[in-house]
Amino acid sequence: MMKTLLKVDEINTYIDQFHILQNVSFEVKTGEVTVLLGRNGAGKTTTLRTIMGLNSASSGSVVYKDEDITKQNTHHIARKGIGYVPEDQGIFADLTVGENMRVAMQKEDDATKERMDWVLNMFPDLKKFWNKAGGQLSGGQKQMLSIARAYINENDLLLIDEPSKGLAPIIVEKVMESIQEMKEKTTIVLVEQNFYMASSIGDSFYILDDGMTVHSGKMNELKDDEVLKKKYLGIA
Amino acid sequence: MDLIFSLTLNGLATGMLFFLLAAGLTLIFGLMDVLNFAHGGLFAWGAFTGVWIYGLSGNFFVGILGAIVAGLVLGAITEYLIIKPVYGNHIQQILITLGFMLVLTEMLKVVYGPNQRAAQPPEYLDGSFTIGDVTIIKYRLFIILMGIIIFALTSYVLKKTKIGLIVRAGVMNKEMVQALGINIRLIFLAVFMVGSAMAALGGFLFAPYSGVIYAEIGLDYGIFAFIVVVIGGMGSLSGSLMAALLVGLAQAYMQYYVPSLALAVNMLLMAAVLLFRPQGLFSVKGVSTK
Repeated sequence: MMKTLLKVDEINTYIDQFHILQNVSFEVKTGEVTVLLGRNGAGKTTTLRTIMGLNSASSGSVVYKDEDITKQNTHHIARKGIGYVPEDQGIFADLTVGENMRVAMQKEDDATKERMDWVLNMFPDLKKFWNKAGGQLSGGQKQMLSIARAYINENDLLLIDEPSKGLAPIIVEKVMESIQEMKEKTTIVLVEQNFYMASSIGDSFYILDDGMTVHSGKMNELKDDEVLKKKYLGIA
Repeated sequence: MDLIFSLTLNGLATGMLFFLLAAGLTLIFGLMDVLNFAHGGLFAWGAFTGVWIYGLSGNFFVGILGAIVAGLVLGAITEYLIIKPVYGNHIQQILITLGFMLVLTEMLKVVYGPNQRAAQPPEYLDGSFTIGDVTIIKYRLFIILMGIIIFALTSYVLKKTKIGLIVRAGVMNKEMVQALGINIRLIFLAVFMVGSAMAALGGFLFAPYSGVIYAEIGLDYGIFAFIVVVIGGMGSLSGSLMAALLVGLAQAYMQYYVPSLALAVNMLLMAAVLLFRPQGLFSVKGVSTK
């Protein structure tokens, strides 16, 4: 039986006066891709931000590798081995691709070099535009850079927020391919509205609706559940 | 010709002093989103501490070192005690730093006495020399050189070192820097200390330039730092240099030709920038260290 790597237990998160997450709970098993699904505004991004400590949970807990990280600072959480690819990609626009990667690198050892080789092999555009400012990259290249930055460290868990958002289908395929390959080496929590992508990569799913976890299960079960897909994801 | 050259040299030297004062402020605002109205106080403390240590040691460069150390220590204290509790709240920042500016000014009188202090450049930097018809005052040239050295050093650190890259990344996206495992709090503190040290260095270099220092120089000159930062673009180091030189030159020329409008011209320039290019003349996006 696979070990639980991350356990989110009944977290409640407020942004200003708005109660965004309401007792959200889910578990992530080591080696799996867990997909968070739901309509816009369901609370998926806030869930990832709460795990990273970028939003504070007012109650509930986030346990990573059996350690409660709920109240820890974001940089401590990241140093425990959690990589984050935000929805807006978080590229440092005035820094070059190379500088973006350098800022992200926590170590400069052989293992990091190996991952860098993998990343540049997977995304040759990053090598091609190594000295180009991040802000001048296309949307797809920014997404590749954001994923590369999260992958460059020895992270055991990657939180990836809507990697296909606003990208051309051919780029989505490339991003999917990269996540498929990363899946072999690390555990992933993926927020994704593109159901084709989510169902191709995901092992298990949780559906969020109005800030609550309303359904969960194995991805192959959801693929065949037309009622659930129509009700919560708007897929006919 | 001599007059034009003399005014230009004077303007550039004044501009470099404004740059030293504004450089820390622009980084502090750009990275930390902190409005620090106490910044001028560090300029004044640098002036008094540097002059005192210079007097004790008899060595001008030990005075420079003393001013820098005073800036680092006061910067750390200011960040920890005054700024840290009001991160994210501009109104509170303005109120508390304005109050702290007054405290720093009054504390100067307690520590160093209420009287003005005279300051002279060391013998080897005193006086002038001539090239053709042009007279060059040595100390003004020294200030310009110091400004260039500090700008080059800061630019090198920001552009070529990892800590510099992190600072620049932090100016653009603090959250992402933290999500990459970097303790932005420590970076904040370091930037605040370095920015304060630059202001203190500016204060000490200002002392022999002006010939006399008094406790309120921070209040009088702090305003120029804000003018420079607004004109140059918040968070932009090279923007601050260009704006500081512009303000320094405008100040020098106006003081000679229309003294009553010297400050007004810079104020008008700032107002025009705020109206027509609020992100600053030399900043692409408002927060840039390019």
